[in-house]
Amino acid sequence: MNRITDVLQELFGLFVEDGSLAIAIVVWICIAAFLFPHLPGGSAWRAPALFLGLALLLFENVLRSARKQ
Amino acid sequence: MGVWTHAGPAFLASFLASLVEFVEALTIVLAVGTVRGWRPALIGTFAGALLLTLAVLLFGPTLQRIPITTLQLAVGVLLLLFGMRWLRKAILRSVGIIGLHDEEAIYAKQTAKLEREGDSGPTRMDWVAVATTFKAVVLEGLEVVFIVIATGAVGQMLVPASIGAASAGIVVIFLGLLIHRPLARVPENTLKFTVGILLSAFGVFWVGEGLHLPWPGEDLSLFGLAGAFLTISLLAILVIRKGQPETSPQSQGGQS
Repeated sequence: MNRITDVLQELFGLFVEDGSLAIAIVVWICIAAFLFPHLPGGSAWRAPALFLGLALLLFENVLRSARKQ
Repeated sequence: MGVWTHAGPAFLASFLASLVEFVEALTIVLAVGTVRGWRPALIGTFAGALLLTLAVLLFGPTLQRIPITTLQLAVGVLLLLFGMRWLRKAILRSVGIIGLHDEEAIYAKQTAKLEREGDSGPTRMDWVAVATTFKAVVLEGLEVVFIVIATGAVGQMLVPASIGAASAGIVVIFLGLLIHRPLARVPENTLKFTVGILLSAFGVFWVGEGLHLPWPGEDLSLFGLAGAFLTISLLAILVIRKGQPETSPQSQGGQS
């Protein structure tokens, strides 16, 4: 049973190491999916905005992690 | 042009990521083989490889039944989580916030642990050794399988992605047979940095495609995304290093 739990934990760990970053990524994708289509200005900005948000999340996360140390 | 814009990055991401994973698995297999004998080490290795093959054969065809936009979105989200995790870790390792992955230290720790666990006797099967290599091969191999499927299946680039992973496997096995030591000189953090950038770029691209968000330049935007992730990562490294005290000994240890 312990070995199965270990394996499941390791599988989860493949995708999630810092919970706040993982949650922020998923929340931003949800915003892009549900909010972007209702915003004005055409569709050309939406994909670059998706990237920009993710890049900022990464940037903020590593700076915050560095400050914690 | 469209084929190469996907095939090149798919091959490269798969090759580099698999190289890292195979090196990690090789360290454990070498430790087990050296301390507990090659028979149980290889039995565990082949059993792990067999399980992975069966999993691919079982779940691989079901992917083709999933609608393409759902697959793009699901794979994109997983790739983003996976890729940005690697990228975050590589950035923090580059600036010395967390320690570099040391294959020789892992090898020494694993051999010491296996020596403590005692001998199973000359005639009985050494199940500790079998389980250790089995677990290492399955866990590292699952990452390889995920990367190959994620970078290959969505854009119909399974062949270049698989060739990339197989090439990495051949390189690592050949080097392992040749030097019989952990591959400590592989610049693992640089590889993880590169792979993190490529997988994050693939991830955000597929999420955009899955959500029907049009990318400027279509497939070519993959290169722009990779370049932008590289820029933001280097900028983060620069900002963190500027904020670190100059005497910090770890800040000189980055490989990126």
